[in-house]
Amino acid sequence: MNDKEHLQTLTEIRSLMEKSSRFLSLSGLSGISAGVCACVGVMAVIIYWDIPLFEHDHLPFVELDYFPFIKFLVIDAFLVLVSALVLSIYFTKRKAQKQGLPFWDKSAIRLIINLFIPLVAGGVFSFAIFYHHLGGLIPATTLIFYGMALLNASKYTLHDIRALGIAEIILGLFSAFLVGYGLLFWLIGFGVLHIIYGGIMYFKYEK
Amino acid sequence: MKDLLDNLDKAFESRVRLGIMAILMVNEQVDFTQLKELLDVTDGNLASHLKQLEASSYVAVSKQFVGRKPNTTYTATAEGKLAFHNHLKAIENLLKN
Repeated sequence: MNDKEHLQTLTEIRSLMEKSSRFLSLSGLSGISAGVCACVGVMAVIIYWDIPLFEHDHLPFVELDYFPFIKFLVIDAFLVLVSALVLSIYFTKRKAQKQGLPFWDKSAIRLIINLFIPLVAGGVFSFAIFYHHLGGLIPATTLIFYGMALLNASKYTLHDIRALGIAEIILGLFSAFLVGYGLLFWLIGFGVLHIIYGGIMYFKYEK
Repeated sequence: MKDLLDNLDKAFESRVRLGIMAILMVNEQVDFTQLKELLDVTDGNLASHLKQLEASSYVAVSKQFVGRKPNTTYTATAEGKLAFHNHLKAIENLLKN
């Protein structure tokens, strides 16, 4: 065997190790579409309730008295989540088909499980915060837990997710001190950051 | 040069065996079908390579039932991991020279 063959062997080994342990079909377009959905969701709240985005105290859902607002917010968030998931799955499935990799295999299941453990914990914790009338901290909680979920999931997919997770955590911590700017932080965290990272990943791996 | 080549493990001369080991290094447990899909080889080919790795005790086999279906999973032994590590080092040294 000559050097070239040895090098090729090393490359093959590397690719096998990556392919077998990480879910590599995650598409940058999934991130972009999720970000766009989040932006639309936040804009809907701002426009429908006529809330100034850059002014303090624009989230009155600390108290249960604002029931129509809470109902709107919950339905809005649910619609954002569903449409973001559907679009993400679509683009990731498309990338997997292009790569000739299986879409639903053990690496995908491992990714989902590790993503959802911190995510579900964060969801339940957010509900507890609401229950104790501390709703102003919900934006911070959702961002921090989402960041930790991404950090955890990054071990099972493209490394880039790790940086996105850290960015979400930092943003969440800021928002914990700047209570009352929740919609703005959601717009940046779930909207803008997703679009930026999705774009970076798209140009890095799919162009 | 001869010393360097001596460090290459005979068990890993085959691409398939080296591939099996690479997959088992980063996954705790892998079943037969997964290996087959990842390496893109036939049943018989894979089975014979796995037997050889098992014979040199680089790979441990465990058989169990999932429902009524038999399911065979493979793990790398400590010995196998060390051997793989040394083999990669030997290749790297070859490239350096």
